[in-house]
Amino acid sequence: MSIFKMTASTLAITAISATAAVARDNVQVAGSSTVLPYASIVAEAFGENFDFPTPVVESGGSSAGLKRFCEGVGENTIDVANASRAIRESELAVCAENGVTDVIEVRIGYDGIVFASQLDGPDYVAFEPADIFNALAPKVLVDGELVDNPYTMWSDFNADLPAEEILAFIPGTKHGTREVFEEKVIAAGCEATGAHDAMIAAGMSEDDAEDACLAVRTDGLSVDIDGDYTETLARIDANANGIGVFGLAFYENNTDKLKVATMSGVEPSTETISTGEYPVSRPLYFYVKAAHIGVIPGLKEYAEFFVADEIAGPDGPLSAYGLVSDPALADVQTTVMDEVTMGN
Amino acid sequence: MTDATQGGPIRTKGKSILELDTRTKKRNAAEARFKGYGIAAICVSLFFLVSLLVTIVSNGVPAFTQTFVNLSVTLDEAKLDKNGNRNIDEIKKVSTFGYKPLINAALVSATDGIETELTDKDLDKILSASAGAVVRDHVIANPDMIGETVEFRLLTSSRVDGYMKGRVVREDLARDKNLDAAHLDLIDVMAERGAVQRTFNWDFIFGSDASESRPEQAGIGVSMLGSFFMMLVVLALALPIGVAASIYLEEFAPQNRFTDLIEVNISNLAAVPSIVFGILGLAVFIQFAHLPQSAPIVGGLTLTLMTLPTIVISTRASLKAVPPSIRDAALGVGASKMQAVFHHVLPLAMPGILTGTIIGLAQALGETAPLLLIGMVGYIATNYPEGVTSGFLDPNSAMPAQIYEWAKRADPAFYERAWGGIIVLLLFLLTMNLIAIILRRRFERRW
Repeated sequence: MSIFKMTASTLAITAISATAAVARDNVQVAGSSTVLPYASIVAEAFGENFDFPTPVVESGGSSAGLKRFCEGVGENTIDVANASRAIRESELAVCAENGVTDVIEVRIGYDGIVFASQLDGPDYVAFEPADIFNALAPKVLVDGELVDNPYTMWSDFNADLPAEEILAFIPGTKHGTREVFEEKVIAAGCEATGAHDAMIAAGMSEDDAEDACLAVRTDGLSVDIDGDYTETLARIDANANGIGVFGLAFYENNTDKLKVATMSGVEPSTETISTGEYPVSRPLYFYVKAAHIGVIPGLKEYAEFFVADEIAGPDGPLSAYGLVSDPALADVQTTVMDEVTMGN
Repeated sequence: MTDATQGGPIRTKGKSILELDTRTKKRNAAEARFKGYGIAAICVSLFFLVSLLVTIVSNGVPAFTQTFVNLSVTLDEAKLDKNGNRNIDEIKKVSTFGYKPLINAALVSATDGIETELTDKDLDKILSASAGAVVRDHVIANPDMIGETVEFRLLTSSRVDGYMKGRVVREDLARDKNLDAAHLDLIDVMAERGAVQRTFNWDFIFGSDASESRPEQAGIGVSMLGSFFMMLVVLALALPIGVAASIYLEEFAPQNRFTDLIEVNISNLAAVPSIVFGILGLAVFIQFAHLPQSAPIVGGLTLTLMTLPTIVISTRASLKAVPPSIRDAALGVGASKMQAVFHHVLPLAMPGILTGTIIGLAQALGETAPLLLIGMVGYIATNYPEGVTSGFLDPNSAMPAQIYEWAKRADPAFYERAWGGIIVLLLFLLTMNLIAIILRRRFERRW
């Protein structure tokens, strides 16, 4: 019967070791895949410079990370959630329901979103939000009338653009990047082309028109990419006429394959984004569970280290990787040091 | 035969029997065609196999070498230990950033006499960001060496490494802010002098994962340990449970509707996609049983569920293959049913059981999908486990999950490492399959 005994004892050991799992000594982070590279750089440097173990950073997306963050307080929940957008009211409500009442919001800097295409492909070198809107919206304004998007070539609506078939690879709806893309590019183009006003003139309410402005055509010329930027890059590699939406840092690491287009005449770079000239950027955040400070060793040190000048400052490694340093970094540092929670 | 009896055109007179009639020719041609299809199918699959292997090897082999630069760094006392009392806590206060000027000074003196348009500060781009940590760790381990000049073997940045491997060419750097062509001119001279060398990279096999800015430092070692601990869990649970279940079903269980139902379900389970087990693992082990996230024990438990049906099916097949005469003989000389099973049937079925187990383990080793759901992807495999308990419970990744993670990252150097990781993983799988084959060849008995 030794086999049965062995099974029983293994199960027993499993059960015992499971209960021993309670004491956790490393910081656990999860969330946005946009913030992941920065968080991993900080975690690595943190592990090198402190006696604490290197924090663990999981990816999975802003929403998934915040959901896990709000599951409750305790060593079995994560300490920090990375997000490429601010936390929503509804998410804070869920948090509060589960006992996560004290949340510290930390803004680490800004991230640029760029439009890039094959290095040797057509001359996609300058876009306006209106161009992107005309290319990708389901309904556009032609001769003062809202019609189903008739355009199949870039040159159909802007003679300066190459006579190539429209094909765009944009982030899927689960990405935080999609929200920024819709608000800062599509919606801006909607206003600029006058489609927004035309919708209101056609009897739509202000809110409905704004929502309609965010829509993207579904006839296959605009492709949602649910994976990472590497997938977008592979699609661009295979389609010379395609343009893709990337994070600035990703583009800067792949300049041997990609060329970037200007938006409204401004070339994306850490400088133009920090001055606000380049229009398509968004803040990046991480959220700290205040209740875990003092319980999980190294949590506060990690948060302080993340926003320290030598890390998140303009000359730090995050900036070198592509993060646009926050001009108000000193305020962020005080927020972390004083553990100022949201709503206080 | 039927063709002959059913007639057909009657052979015309005057033809030799050595000459084939049309019907036979047709049949022979059909046979030759069929052989041709078979050979073509084998050729096509061989072609795919060879091109796959060639791609893996040609993409992955560069990951096993790495470019280093030998640098004499002066450990300046004024910077590292201002008070001069060699207090380890005070020395630790100097962060890796504090070591940057020292390393930069060493680089400046190493490139002394080589003409370049680069500023002194720009020289840093040659080195990996890990340089500061290497020097700092050395100083903390040997505080008495402060003030001396020590020779260090430091990693170069991933771009320089790519240049030495032929992955990066000068044209690529024209628009790259991470490195300039002028750096490569410097590297050429330094390589001639022997200061820059490309050597075998043990750290790739034994090292831990690195952050996105340092692909040159990343290794698969820690996630290998994660895989190892997961396989231990799978082996310790799936083998005894699977074998016990199969012995009962095969030798003791009555034949009725209920056992039929169980049999059908086991066969169905073997065909369930692995992602389903992943979501089950997340719900049961993490959300319900509150086991730690990303821990190899959870991964192991999840993969156990996946491997169990494979083991049950192969064990039952090998138990069935033992002829009933063995059981009858044992029962005939007065053995109890259990004695017959454990003393005679099981030992004879053992090679088959072990083969099935090893193949099940190999499958589990290469499985990625369930691990994505239980949080084993990300920047996880960073700390070596501190012992057996920590190996099971501390967050870790697994080899296939690590490969997936590397393939996702922005720097092309990670892509190379993903291929390198595939080579390591394939070597493991190959070894396991080889063991299974050897076991089968040596111990299997046929009746």
